[in-house]
Amino acid sequence: MIAAPRFRLSADDRRNLRTALPFIAPWIVGFFAFTLYPIVYSLYLSFTHYSGFGDATPAGFENYQHMVSDSLFWQSLGNTLYYTALAVPVGVVVAIVLALMMNQNVREVAIYRAAFYVPSILPLFALTFIFIVLLNPGFGLVDYVLGLVGLPAVNWLGDALWTKISIVLLAQLGAGGPALIFLASLRAVPAELYEAARLEGAGPLRRFYKITLPLITPVILFDLIYGTILGVQIFTPAYVLAGGTSGGGAYTTGPENSLLFYVFYLYKSAFQYSDMGYAAALAWVLFVISVVLSFAILRWSRQWVHYEGA
Amino acid sequence: MTVAREVSKTPALAAERQRAPSPAQFRIPQTLWVRIGLIIAAAMFVLPFYWMANSALKGIQELSSIPPTLYPHVPAWDNFVSAVTYIPFGTFLTNSIILTTGVTIGAAISNPLIAYGFSRIRWPGRDFVFGIVMASIFLPFPVLIVALFDIFAKLQWVDTFLPLIVPAFFGNPFFIFLMRQYFLGLPMEISEQARIDGANEFQVFLFVILPLAKPAVAVVIIFAAVQAWGEFLTPLLFLQDESKYPLSIGLQFYRQSHDVAYNLLMAASTLIVLPIIGLFLMFQRFFIQGVTAGSLKG
Repeated sequence: MIAAPRFRLSADDRRNLRTALPFIAPWIVGFFAFTLYPIVYSLYLSFTHYSGFGDATPAGFENYQHMVSDSLFWQSLGNTLYYTALAVPVGVVVAIVLALMMNQNVREVAIYRAAFYVPSILPLFALTFIFIVLLNPGFGLVDYVLGLVGLPAVNWLGDALWTKISIVLLAQLGAGGPALIFLASLRAVPAELYEAARLEGAGPLRRFYKITLPLITPVILFDLIYGTILGVQIFTPAYVLAGGTSGGGAYTTGPENSLLFYVFYLYKSAFQYSDMGYAAALAWVLFVISVVLSFAILRWSRQWVHYEGA
Repeated sequence: MTVAREVSKTPALAAERQRAPSPAQFRIPQTLWVRIGLIIAAAMFVLPFYWMANSALKGIQELSSIPPTLYPHVPAWDNFVSAVTYIPFGTFLTNSIILTTGVTIGAAISNPLIAYGFSRIRWPGRDFVFGIVMASIFLPFPVLIVALFDIFAKLQWVDTFLPLIVPAFFGNPFFIFLMRQYFLGLPMEISEQARIDGANEFQVFLFVILPLAKPAVAVVIIFAAVQAWGEFLTPLLFLQDESKYPLSIGLQFYRQSHDVAYNLLMAASTLIVLPIIGLFLMFQRFFIQGVTAGSLKG
C-alpha cells in the first residue's frame, strides 16, 4: 500500500522514506506480528475445530452456528453489554465531576487531585482484592456504613443483582485518569467566555451547560468510545472476584453466572474447554462488536459534538 | 514613625480592595462548601486504601469481629512477615521486577525511535500510517489472545517471559503518540543545523533530539513501569509454572485453602500498591504531563 505509488515519488520523497523506514520498522514488524497476523489467523481458526494441539480441522461455519444456540454466549454478551451500558455513562459523569472538583480554586487542590488520580494508576487486580474486603458483609466498610445510616446490608458479591454494580463501582476508582484529560480541556476554555456570561447574569449551572459542556464534548466523545472498548473487554475484576482458579481449575463465574463476561467466556472456551476454534470465532465477533459500537457512537456524536471553528 | 507606617500600608490595602471587590463574609462560606464537597469526594477515593491498611493490620480474631473495628486495636505488624512467607512472595516479586524492567527497557528504546519516524522526518503516507497506529488503540486486546497463544506456543515461548517482554520492544500506540507530540513541539531548525553539520538522521535522533526529549522519555518509562507492574491478563495467559508467576497472578494463592487469609491478602496488596504511590509522589509532574500530553490539542 505504501510502496504502490512509489515511482510517482520525487527523489526527495524517496530519500525521506528510506530515512524514516528504519525508525518505524519496529512498529511495522510488531504491528504485523502481534496485531495484524493474529487477527487474520483468528479468522482462519474461527472456521476450524482446533484444540490447540495437533492440526486444525476445517469446520465451515459450525463455530458461528453454535454461537447462535449457545446460551452461555448470549448470557456473557448480555452481561457485558449490561455492564458497559452502565459503567461507561457513569464513568464519563464521574470523570467530569472529578475534573470540575480538580479545577476548584482552593489552596490545597493538589492534594485532592492526587487523591482522585492515584487510584487510577494502581493495579486493577490489587483494587479488586481491596474491594473483596471492602464489600465483605462481615468485615467490610461499605455494609457497615450502610448499617450506620439505617440501610439494609447488600450482599455485593454474593447476589447476582449486585455483582455487576460492584464492578461498576470498582471501575470508578479509575476515573481519575480520564478526569485529568477533562481537567486539561476545562483549563483550555477561554476565561473571557465565562466573564462575558457572568456579566450577562448567567449562574454557575447555566455557565456549565452553555459554555463548559459544549467545549469538552470532543473529550466526552473520546472517553465514550475508549470507555466502551475497555468495557467490552472487562475481565480482570470478574476473574479475581469470582475466585479465579481457586477450587481446582474450574473457573467460577459468580452467582448465577452474573460475572461471566464475554472475554471471560472466550478465555474459558480457549483454555478450559480447549476449543480454540470456537474461541477464535468469539474473538472475531468481539472485534466486529467493538468496531460497530465505536462507529455507532461516532455517528451519534455528530449531533452533539461541538467542533471549534478555529 | 506611625505616620510613615500608615502611609506605606494604605496603597497596598487599596489595591487589595480593588482586586477583590466582594465582601469577605460572602466568600468564606462558599469556599467552605467547596472544601466540604472536595473532602467528602476525596475520602471516597482514599477510604478503600485506609480499609486495606486497616484490614492488613488486624489479627484473624479482630478481623472477624462484628461490627468491624475502625482501626486495628491490636496492630498485628507481623502480618507483613506472614504475608511474604505464606506464599512464595519473594519469587513472585522477583518475577514482577524482571517483567517490569524488561517491558520498561523495551518501551524506552522502541517508542522514541518509532515516534521520531512519525514526526521529525516528512515522508509520503506518514499521516495515513500514523492513523493506523492510532486506530490500533481502539482494538480490544482480548480479540488477539487465542491467536497469540497459538503463535507463542508454536514459537515455544509459552511459559517463558518472552511473550510478556518482547512485544514492548515494538512500540505501544499510546507511547508513540505521546513521544510524537513532544517531538513535534521541538523546532525543526535544530535538526536542520545538525544535518548541515554532517550528522546522519540516526545521529540527529540520538545526540540532538533525544536529549531534548528526556521529560517525554521519563513519562514513557514511568507509565510503562506502572502498566507492567499491574499487568494481569498476559501473565495469566502465557505463564504456567508457578515459579514464573508475577505478583498479579501469585496473589491468588492466599485464597487457595478454604480459609482465605484476608488480612494477609491486604498486607500483600499494601506492599504492591505502595511502590506505585511512592512513584507518584516522586514524579507527580510526569504523571500529569503524561495524561494531558495530547489533550490540549484535542
